Amino acid sequence: MTPVAPPVSRYLAAFEALEGTGAAASPAWLHRIRHDAITRFAEQGFPTVRLEDWKYTNVAPIVATAFQLADTVPAGLPAQAIERFVVRDPVAHRLVFVNGHYSATLSSAAPLPGGVRVASLAEALSTDTALLDRHLGRHAASEGTGHGFTALSTAFVHDGAFVHVPAGVRVTTPIHLLFVATAPAGPVLAQPRNLLVADRGGEATVVESYVGLADDTYLTNAVTEVVLGEGAILQHYKIEDESERAFHVGTTAVVQGRDSTFTSGSIAVGGALARNNLGVLLAAPGASCALTGLYVLHGRQHVDNHTFIDHAAPRCTSRQLYKGVLDGRARAVFNGRVTVRRDAQHTDAHQTNKNLLLSEGAEVDTKPQLEILADDVKCTHGAAVGQLGEDAVFYLRSRGLGEEAARTLLTYGFMSEVINRITVEPIRAQLDSLLMARLREARAAKETR
Amino acid sequence: MSTAQFLKAAVNEIRTRQGQDELDAMDFLELLREKLKLVEMDQSFISRAVNEGFSGGEKKRNEILQLAVLAPRLAILDETDSGLDIDALRVVANGINRLRTPDTATILVTHYQRLLNYITPDQVHVLYNGRIVKSGGKELALALEAHGYDWIKDEIPAVAPLGAA
Repeated sequence: MTPVAPPVSRYLAAFEALEGTGAAASPAWLHRIRHDAITRFAEQGFPTVRLEDWKYTNVAPIVATAFQLADTVPAGLPAQAIERFVVRDPVAHRLVFVNGHYSATLSSAAPLPGGVRVASLAEALSTDTALLDRHLGRHAASEGTGHGFTALSTAFVHDGAFVHVPAGVRVTTPIHLLFVATAPAGPVLAQPRNLLVADRGGEATVVESYVGLADDTYLTNAVTEVVLGEGAILQHYKIEDESERAFHVGTTAVVQGRDSTFTSGSIAVGGALARNNLGVLLAAPGASCALTGLYVLHGRQHVDNHTFIDHAAPRCTSRQLYKGVLDGRARAVFNGRVTVRRDAQHTDAHQTNKNLLLSEGAEVDTKPQLEILADDVKCTHGAAVGQLGEDAVFYLRSRGLGEEAARTLLTYGFMSEVINRITVEPIRAQLDSLLMARLREARAAKETR
Repeated sequence: MSTAQFLKAAVNEIRTRQGQDELDAMDFLELLREKLKLVEMDQSFISRAVNEGFSGGEKKRNEILQLAVLAPRLAILDETDSGLDIDALRVVANGINRLRTPDTATILVTHYQRLLNYITPDQVHVLYNGRIVKSGGKELALALEAHGYDWIKDEIPAVAPLGAA
């Protein structure tokens, strides 16, 4: 038997303990998935910088922390505690999770079109067995998404969000999934697991927000699997605003059917160390995806965005625009990989990553990767790292703005290209004021220096 | 960044420095609407990004809008008339005329009389090799249009260009 490192064996022991309770053994299909996953985790362990995909993001601080598995919703969390994260009008449905567990009291339901299911995964595990058996753990398994963290999530899968939009149904108001973390008594591991399914012609907008209640240390290891049937349309937003002492590993695996459309807006502003993996499999002809991202970092924050788009069928389109603003000694990584398989003729793939460095100490590693096996395709990519244009600063200063005001305004302009694409107005407004506040704070700090 | 966002930031910076309260979004919008009317510009102008996708004429009109909103005491308009068609020229000129007050000054830099068909200058100065070589009233500009610059060159003593030893 291969000896396993203590950090890994800690989770293996926790798994054994769970097995011992007996409750974990049923249903059998789930038990099999979980069992396979813990075996995989034992083999893979946590990723190390020796792996090309994790070269610039060292998860050693995560490995070294003794997290407690969050097994229940902390009692007595009042509604006021999450008030500032709640968005209303036009949000139809809100599911709130505390440390990965569904909280019925904090959630708020609204009428949904016929047949649409929005429920906790814990509930769906017993009510929507066929669908879960077909999809759970099946998609977050590719190169970009099937790492040790995903195996760890699957091994302990217990709760999260489940959304199912049946064929031909349009859900016109957004569904908000709010993941709140709190760890006043020591580091906690929260592992929400989500499954979003839209059948043929189904349409929905889903917002995932990950927030910290206080300045706690915890790890959110979130996995979301998305399955889109023929012609289905999903707008998906992921807002990562964790505590700045927290760790976040978020993995989203998307499988797209013929002519389906997936739009993603991924905003990262929080966390000490955050890693987003977004894998999209364009599995059938005519599917299209548009991924936008924004990371705004300060202090010593580290955010890593890895996207992986697999053009596996002809006539698919992918668009990517990721932008970053880094201040202080922050560090960002962007790795965008696009693979065009041999049969994926008439692929149209475009990828851009732009970074704005506001300080000497900030650092970006950006790596666009194109792997093209087909011969009749249109693929472009580009990456840029730079400072604010001095001509633009001069233009604004000549109109009466002070140096820092000009820089702040230009930085805001840089970010708003992504923010303005968010179609869920309360979410856009919430992010807009968060980023404005952060800019004001940075400006005040620079002006008093 | 939209023109409105940029102008609001600039107006409030200037107001702050002059010891006035900042304008809130509503007050600023009111000011902007009023100035847009003054310079005969469309509302859609202000939601567009600064200098992005603007035609030559639109850029100039945008500058006039900025002039109207920021109300500087001294404005230097360098070849504001270049590349403008006749309609845009009239809009720009009308804007400048309406913004004239006894308390503000405008220096118009131009190579042509054309703009001066719409704007009557108080003073005309001819610059040659970096120096003012002749000054006069509006009739000087008309004389230049009729006779060109050569007669001035003949009139002035040999002047070494600036920078020449």
